[in-house]
Amino acid sequence: MPARIVIINTRAANIHSVAKALAKAGAHAEVTSDPAALAGADAAVLPGVGASDAALRAIDAAGLREPVRRFAASGRPLLCVCLGMQVLFEGSDEGSLSGLGILKGGVKLLPSDMRDVSGNRLKVPHMGWNSVTFSPQGRNHPVFEGIPDGSYFYFVHSYYCVPADESDRAGTASYGVEVCAAVARGNIVGTQFHPEKSGDIGLQIYRNFVRYAEKAAGK
Amino acid sequence: MLTRRVIPCLDVDNGRVVKGVSFLNLRDAGDPAELAAFYDREGADELVFLDITASSDGRQTMVDVVRRVSEQVFIPLTVGGGIRSVEDMGRMLEAGADKVGVNTAAVQDPSLIGKCAEQFGSQCVVLAMDVKRVDKPLRVKLEGEPEAVAEAPWQVFTHGGRRPTAFDPVKWARLAVDLGAGEILLTSMNSDGTQGGYDLPLLVAISEAVNVPVIASGGAGRPDHMYDALVTGRADAVLAASVFHFGSFRIRDVKAHLAERGVPVRRT
Repeated sequence: MPARIVIINTRAANIHSVAKALAKAGAHAEVTSDPAALAGADAAVLPGVGASDAALRAIDAAGLREPVRRFAASGRPLLCVCLGMQVLFEGSDEGSLSGLGILKGGVKLLPSDMRDVSGNRLKVPHMGWNSVTFSPQGRNHPVFEGIPDGSYFYFVHSYYCVPADESDRAGTASYGVEVCAAVARGNIVGTQFHPEKSGDIGLQIYRNFVRYAEKAAGK
Repeated sequence: MLTRRVIPCLDVDNGRVVKGVSFLNLRDAGDPAELAAFYDREGADELVFLDITASSDGRQTMVDVVRRVSEQVFIPLTVGGGIRSVEDMGRMLEAGADKVGVNTAAVQDPSLIGKCAEQFGSQCVVLAMDVKRVDKPLRVKLEGEPEAVAEAPWQVFTHGGRRPTAFDPVKWARLAVDLGAGEILLTSMNSDGTQGGYDLPLLVAISEAVNVPVIASGGAGRPDHMYDALVTGRADAVLAASVFHFGSFRIRDVKAHLAERGVPVRRT
């Protein structure tokens, strides 16, 4: 029996890409807005792109806020992608709704007046392939197993997470500021980048997640 | 460090890639999925598919193409051509596109950009601009509007480059970004097809006018043209079609050239 993985429906445009990447990694994942389906899942993915309040409204409208918090607290694997990682925090400068508050810290807008050492403007959004340096907790997490330090991943975002607890930070990318590229706290993993759009190395993260989910479910 | 992107562009007509890769021994050089997989292996950072299908019933074919490609290739995919509405954009995103380019429909109704950005996020909305250099201000007759005078030295064209507008590309880029465009795909009609290099003054003008990424398009003939577009032109990404399709050089050649001259690129 494969692990039962669900994709939490945040009505984000990247849900289909996440489902396709999971399929490629060998898992059939159901997209759901149903709190009962989430409660019965072995593992879950929280995707998101676009505006923070829109994603949180979709979560609230489906009555998923508490179920997602409970799922995170249950110890079952939870992978949060891009905006999905940002809503894990307590709040965002982008919107007025409170975040899920699963991780401590906030989300800030990238400065608009950044330039690199050669004087080129660092545009907002931060868009394209950037290299990620993993922290020890990132390197040791099963979801990032076998991912070489300095690997390139595809980013698209204008806001970045600022964890209050440095030990939650799993990876960093440099873009004028030190962008929190990934978080990991036990069963809760987040990536600011899009593993589903980062070629083979990104698919490796989904394969790792599927294996981690199977192991956690005892399957 | 953020790398500069190298992007092949594929023209799709009724579900088939036209001007397809001619130098490779592909089973089917007209199959979008096979070509996408090939360019992924070659190290493309993204793919752009331009739908040049003339008929509206061909549009559904493009949705199927996007779905098939995105099941097999896991790098960002931009789709442009014939996008008229929020619903059109939604269909492409649902099929698996990551970004959707708007051009003619956005010129006709700039509020389309804002509507799409609100619905799907700015990161999905690419303003595609076809720009031509003009020596002197041109009089332009716009449908349903009084005659307008385009401002030199550049002019925005629509309908696949066939119809002039009175839009100044610098002002149009700024307005589109204010409305919610998250990236600009900038094609120089003067340079396109010449293989004589990108239009560097145009690139500088747009790159400095907006704070979103700019993709340079039109004129690539040699790897150093791409270096010029990224360094002198300050573009964030370079797009090319025929030089890749006909094997004049490969994506890895471009990246080796750029890396050697200090431009950060993703090596695969």
